[in-house]
Amino acid sequence: MEDSHVERFSASTPKPRIGIDGGDDNKNWRRRVNGVEVSVPIVCGSIAFFRGKKAKEYRTHNWTVYVRGATNEDLGAVIRKVIFHLHPSFKSPTRVVDSPPFTLSECGWGEFKIDITIFFHADACERKLELSHLLKLNPEIYSGPQSPNVPVVTESYNEIVFPDPFECFLSRVINHPAVHVSKLPEGLNLPPPGDAGDESYYKMKKGDTKDHPLSHWFSKFSEADELFRLTATRQKVQADIAELKRQLVMVDAQPEQF
Amino acid sequence: MGGTDAKDILGLPKTPLPLSHEKKARPQKESHRKPDGISREVYALTGGVAPLMPSIDVTHLKRPPPPDEKVAWQWLPIKSSARKDDLQLYHWVRVVNGVPPTADYSFAKYNKSVDISKYTDDEYENHLTDPVWTKEETDQLFELCERFDLRFTLIADRFPLSRTLEELKDRYYTVTRALLRARAQSPADLANHPLMKEPYDMTRDRERKRALSMVLSQSRHQEKKDAEILAEAKRITEMRLAARRATDPDVLGNENIGLDKADGGPGCSVSPSSNSQLPATAVAPSTLTMADYASTLASLRMLHVYLRTYGLEQMVQAASSAVGLRTIKRVEQTLQDLGVNLKPKVPTKTVCDEHLELRKEILTLLNLQKQLQYKESEGSSQREGSYAAMPDTPKDRVFASEPFSFGGISAEKPIKKEPKRKGPGRQADTPSPAHKRPRKLKASDL
Repeated sequence: MEDSHVERFSASTPKPRIGIDGGDDNKNWRRRVNGVEVSVPIVCGSIAFFRGKKAKEYRTHNWTVYVRGATNEDLGAVIRKVIFHLHPSFKSPTRVVDSPPFTLSECGWGEFKIDITIFFHADACERKLELSHLLKLNPEIYSGPQSPNVPVVTESYNEIVFPDPFECFLSRVINHPAVHVSKLPEGLNLPPPGDAGDESYYKMKKGDTKDHPLSHWFSKFSEADELFRLTATRQKVQADIAELKRQLVMVDAQPEQF
Repeated sequence: MGGTDAKDILGLPKTPLPLSHEKKARPQKESHRKPDGISREVYALTGGVAPLMPSIDVTHLKRPPPPDEKVAWQWLPIKSSARKDDLQLYHWVRVVNGVPPTADYSFAKYNKSVDISKYTDDEYENHLTDPVWTKEETDQLFELCERFDLRFTLIADRFPLSRTLEELKDRYYTVTRALLRARAQSPADLANHPLMKEPYDMTRDRERKRALSMVLSQSRHQEKKDAEILAEAKRITEMRLAARRATDPDVLGNENIGLDKADGGPGCSVSPSSNSQLPATAVAPSTLTMADYASTLASLRMLHVYLRTYGLEQMVQAASSAVGLRTIKRVEQTLQDLGVNLKPKVPTKTVCDEHLELRKEILTLLNLQKQLQYKESEGSSQREGSYAAMPDTPKDRVFASEPFSFGGISAEKPIKKEPKRKGPGRQADTPSPAHKRPRKLKASDL
C-alpha cells in the first residue's frame, strides 16, 4: 500500500526543477517519508563579557547570542537564516543573520528576552520556528566584581525535529554530521540528493562553530547523566508499583475481623 | 474605614477572623487611598471609589483664593437667553472686584430643542393624508412632539386619543419623511439624512421591545442554561473548525505569515494546528489518554517542524488533561523528590521518551497509593463504628481512621517508605485545606 502521499505542487516556486528522478518531477519532489524523523541537535545560548575598565554606563557588557549545532557542526545545511529580535532600545532591533555561524554580537547593559526565529531551506520546511533565550549578563550568585576575562555563559540544549521529512531533504542531509536521522524503513530508495530548493544555499559559506573564537566557552551536552538518572528512577518507581500491587491484593484477600 | 469606627463604638475587636476573602478585600482597599484635598468622610460619601471622571480638579479645593481679587456675593437679577417671557428671577452672583459677570446665564446653552418640521395645510393635503389619521390628530401629535422634544413616552401619555407609542412614532416619522421628500431640492440631498437612511419600522420596534422585556424577565436559571448552551455551541464550532483545518490545507495556509506551501496532512480527525509554539489543544478532557497521545502526536506531525521541548510539553499536557491539577502537582513534587528535573536539561529523543514514561509510571503509582489507602480505610472504618458513620469523602475517612489503624495495618507495612511520606503510618500526602477541619476535630477528640 502506498505509504507516502503526494503533496500539491505549489505555484509559487520560481523556476521549474530540472528532472532529478527522471519520473514525474513534481510528485517526487515533495514526497514525504513517513515514520522517519530528522532531528538537529542545537544549542541556543549567550556569552557575555564584562567590559571592565572600558565599561560605560550603557555599554557595560559585550555579549554574543547564537544558535549553534550541539556538536558545533555547520547548521547551514538545514537553516537558511535566523532572526534575533532584540530589545526595542537597540537600533534596528530585528537582526537577520542569513549565513552560518548564526551568531550576533552586541554591546549593552540590560538583560532581556531575545526572541529567535529560525527559517529553514525550502526543501526542509516552509514554516518558521520560534524560540526565545533570556540574555544573562550578570552571574546568578554574586561572587565579587566581574572579571572581564570570565564571561557569563547561558546555554540550553534543544532539538529541531522534522517529522516525516521530504525525500529530497532526507537524501540531502542523511549523512550530514549536524543531523540525526532515525532508523529508516527497510527497502527505502532515496533519490539522489537534489538542491536545497532555494538559491541562498549555494551562496552560504561553510559555517561550523568548531573554530569559533568563543568555542572554548561552549558547554558539552551529554544525555548520559540524565538518561541514567531517569532509567534508575523508573526502575525504582516500577518496583514501588509492584509492591503496592502486592499489598492491594493482600488487603483484598484479608477478611474483615479484628 | 467606616466599619472600624462602628466597631470602636460597640467595643468589638477590630481584626476579623482570617478568612481568605477578607484578606483579599483588604489589599484591594489599600489601593483606593482617598485623594488629598477632601476629607475622609466626604470621600466615603461617594462610595469610597474615585469618580469615573474628575469633576473638580482636586488641587482647587484647598487652594487659598488669589490675593488680588476681592470677592463678594450679591443678590442680583438674571438674564437668560433661554427664557422667552419677561419673568424676572434673582440669584446669588459672585462679584469680583465690584464687577458683576456679564456672560449669559451659564445653563442657557443647554436649552436645546428638536427641529420639528411644520407643514402647511397644502402640504398636508398633497402628501400627508392617511386613512387612519385625521388632520386634527396629526396636528395635535406634532404640537406635543414640539412641546416634549420628541419624548414619545410623554407624548403617548398626553395624547388625547388612545394610540400606542409605536403608532405615534410611526405617524410622526412617516409624516416627516414625506415632508423631507417633498421639500428636497434634489434626491441627493436626502440620501444622507438619517431618517431616510434608516426608516422607522413599527413591527421591528415592537419586536425589539418584546425581546428586551423577555431578556429582562429571564430567571437566573434560564440565564445559566443559555450560557451553557452558548459554551457548548462554541466548543462544537471550534472542534468542527479544527477538523476542517486538518483536512483542508488552505485553512492551514492562511495562518502562516512566512512563505507557505501547505501540505495535506495524514487524515487525522481532531488536531490543533498552530504556527506559534503556544500549546492550544482543542481536545476536550477525556479519560482516553491513549487517544490524547495519538492526537497530540498527529498534531505535532502537522506542524512539520517543532522543538523537542515543545513536543514533550504537549505530550505531558495530553497526559495531564485527564487528571486534576492537584494530581499534576503531586506528580511534579514526586519528580522533584526523586531528583529528576521537571524539564530535562538535555532533551534528546531518548531522554524525553524516558521522561514521559516516568511521568506515566508516577501517575500509576499515585493512583495505586490512593487505592490502597481507600481500601484500608474501608477495612478499618468497618471496625470502628461511630466515627466511620460520618458522611465524609473517602479522604476524610482516611484521616478518621488513621489514629486507630496505627496498631493495625500500618505495622504490617514495609519500612521502605515513599519519599513523600511524612512519618510512620502517615501515608497520606500534604492535606488540602478541605481536610483541615475534620483533622482538627479528631486531634482534639483524642
